Amino acid sequence: MTSPIPDSTNTAISVRWSTEIGAMMHVTAEQLLWFILVGVLWAGYFFLEGFDFGVGILLPFIGRNDPERRALINCIGPIWDGNEVWVIVAIGATFAAFPLWYSEMLSNLYLLFFTVIVALILRGVAFEWRGKRDSARWRRNFDLAIFIGSALPAFLWGLLFGDLIKGVPLTASGTVVGGISGIVTPYALLTGLTTLAVFTLHGSVFLSLKVGGYLRGRVNAYVRRIAPVTALVLFVYLSITYLIARSDGHSGDVPGMIPVAALVLIVAVTWLSRERLFGWAFVATGAAILALTATVFMTLYPDTIMSSIRPALSLSITRAASQPYTLNVMTIVAAIFTPLVLVYQAWTYWIFRKRIEVPRNTNSEPEQVR
Amino acid sequence: MLDANITLTLARWQFATTTIYHFVFVPVTIGLGVVVAIVQTAHYFTGDPRYERLVGFFGKLFLINFAIGVVTGIVQEFQFGMDWAQYSAFVGNIFGPPLAIEGLLAFFMESVFLGLWIFGKDRVSPKIHLLSIWMASLGTILSAAFILSANSWMQHPVGYRILPSTHQAIMTNFWAILTNSIFVVTLFHTLLAAMMTGAALVLGISFYQMRRESTRPIFALGVRISLIVLFASSLAMALDGHVQGQVLVQDQPMKMAAGEALYNTTKGASESLLTIGNLHDQVIFQIRVPHLLSLLATDKWNGTVQGINQLQAQDVAKYGPGNYVPVIWLDYWSFRIMAGIGVAILGIASWGMWLMYRKRLDASKWFRRAALIGIPLPFIANTTGWIFTETGRQPWVVYGLLKTANGVSRISPTTVIISLTGFTVLYAILAWIDISLMARAAKKETASLDEPDPGLHEHGDIGSLVY
Repeated sequence: MTSPIPDSTNTAISVRWSTEIGAMMHVTAEQLLWFILVGVLWAGYFFLEGFDFGVGILLPFIGRNDPERRALINCIGPIWDGNEVWVIVAIGATFAAFPLWYSEMLSNLYLLFFTVIVALILRGVAFEWRGKRDSARWRRNFDLAIFIGSALPAFLWGLLFGDLIKGVPLTASGTVVGGISGIVTPYALLTGLTTLAVFTLHGSVFLSLKVGGYLRGRVNAYVRRIAPVTALVLFVYLSITYLIARSDGHSGDVPGMIPVAALVLIVAVTWLSRERLFGWAFVATGAAILALTATVFMTLYPDTIMSSIRPALSLSITRAASQPYTLNVMTIVAAIFTPLVLVYQAWTYWIFRKRIEVPRNTNSEPEQVR
Repeated sequence: MLDANITLTLARWQFATTTIYHFVFVPVTIGLGVVVAIVQTAHYFTGDPRYERLVGFFGKLFLINFAIGVVTGIVQEFQFGMDWAQYSAFVGNIFGPPLAIEGLLAFFMESVFLGLWIFGKDRVSPKIHLLSIWMASLGTILSAAFILSANSWMQHPVGYRILPSTHQAIMTNFWAILTNSIFVVTLFHTLLAAMMTGAALVLGISFYQMRRESTRPIFALGVRISLIVLFASSLAMALDGHVQGQVLVQDQPMKMAAGEALYNTTKGASESLLTIGNLHDQVIFQIRVPHLLSLLATDKWNGTVQGINQLQAQDVAKYGPGNYVPVIWLDYWSFRIMAGIGVAILGIASWGMWLMYRKRLDASKWFRRAALIGIPLPFIANTTGWIFTETGRQPWVVYGLLKTANGVSRISPTTVIISLTGFTVLYAILAWIDISLMARAAKKETASLDEPDPGLHEHGDIGSLVY
């Protein structure tokens, strides 16, 4: 049996500053693969749950009575839970492939994750339990839970990635100093506002493809209103990001034209929605989300969490990564099962492709489709 | 240092609260899922409408629990890093993969196919609809398997070595982790417990519903199916529990010694069934069965069972000074409550089988009462079983490798106070809503066979709208 760890040993510090690992600074191919895969999982999550969040955020605005709100919720009814699994797997993959990224990110941004979890819990039970009782008050309460449970994570996930790329006051021991002011910074708040806006737009475009009947006209009008606002927010956000990246001398890869492409795509939605090309608009918002996630991960590389104290204190991919054996096991499992999961998840999207209408014989007034 | 100790205590309370709470809903979801899948299979092959009504009725209970099981499971994925960052850094190479694989294999499967099952009845063929409930069930079982393989590694580390440069445990043999002796017995134990929980619930509620004449034939069938599942699983559990006890004696002798409150190594040790008084030196009253502990632990009449004092001395020699004894009263009693309930349920199920054989099952008032009392029993056994498993490992978080005190995050007590309070309040509200919804659904009258089938959905469902 291997000898146990002496009580005084601090695992996290030992790993962080081990000379053996510190000496091999090159990111291996498999470490890079898993860094990209974690990015892909987040991108998939933001693409899919992004429109779920958007639907939840728009629920109280577009849905004016209970049958309308039910129709909106049923647009994501069969799929939201599967979409949410993407983040669970992203976090699980981070734990497996980059244990220190997982432990330092979650323990240092503790209250952010706590708030996200509470929001996701409220949202999940609200979907499932909302229809279980025939009471107007019961349903209104759960509608509120869906709104808060969608808006909060949409904002906080942005705040998280704003923190990771701009940097938090991460010390040599892997802890963040300075309390909440080191985490809730103007830049992180702006990043959160950006994801909130982009997901809301993405959700509205999704609904324009998914609802049927008189609600379509109302949804389309919302897309046309949200698109220019989102473009403006994104423009401000990307401008500031470029300015900061220049002044910081950030070590990360420069994402080049990718964020510009995201902005162009979102601006294009303004035009596409006027031309009633909502299918293309959805492709555009989706591609913009993928481009923005790519921007974040390219900026972050070769680190996983930036330290705002000194770049040398940032948690690098090499320091955070698991050993080759673990990465090999993970690579084999992912190679076998990921295609399978993608196939059956896509298949359910195909099965539930029909537009959802507000049922007749309810007391809602018909509107013209515009 | 004081702050670190407060953080440790609060983090332990938080983990206990969130995990015990999560596990209230997990076994019943797994068990109900399998029972509903069995009943839907019976409907698929026989076309008997009674089976369809049972699927609709118990499917509702399944979904109410599924929701809360899923959302409280989200916490599990995050809280190792939030509260136990040093533990996560130490075990990530080994503990991370099962969690990630659980997400990829199990969570996608259960969520996607459950969505298909709930919403897809009119959109897919009956065969695909049946397949979807089985796939969702399989997802819950796979999920249990992967998280148990991770937990079993903490109980009994295998397939690893310690990397000297970083003091991390790293994986050397994934297959060894998946065939860990503790894992194999724990998986069966947990799945059987889940089947007992689901079957006991269906049995009790079916008996309750049988009071109503118009739907009596439907629920009489429910009684029979659940009784058979309950009997088979509790009988298998008795055998599995015995094997598991022996594996524990082998791999975690201190846990078993504490569970039996056996202070000194004994040959031909007797088993105490019940104790009044202080376990250590002031026993007031005790029921003991001679030689039973040795027989159970070693299969020998006069087999030697190691005691707490000798094991403590061995651990001090091996790991250095320290207290290696878990909380004895907690382990002694949680073990007894769990095992006692297991025996009680086997008794109830055997009695029911005998009544069924004599064709007196539906008329027995006393058995109906027993079946209703039987509903909460597995929940209590599930909880006490895990309290025994997790506290019996203390002071270790990874047995023999990392102490719980060294695994906690370096965060301020205030942070944990906020989250502990938040989770406790939120969970209390959710429990209240869940139980009230369950009680409503369980008491609700079902349409008789002459009336149209309400299916899974209620409250003026319009078209395909479910939520």
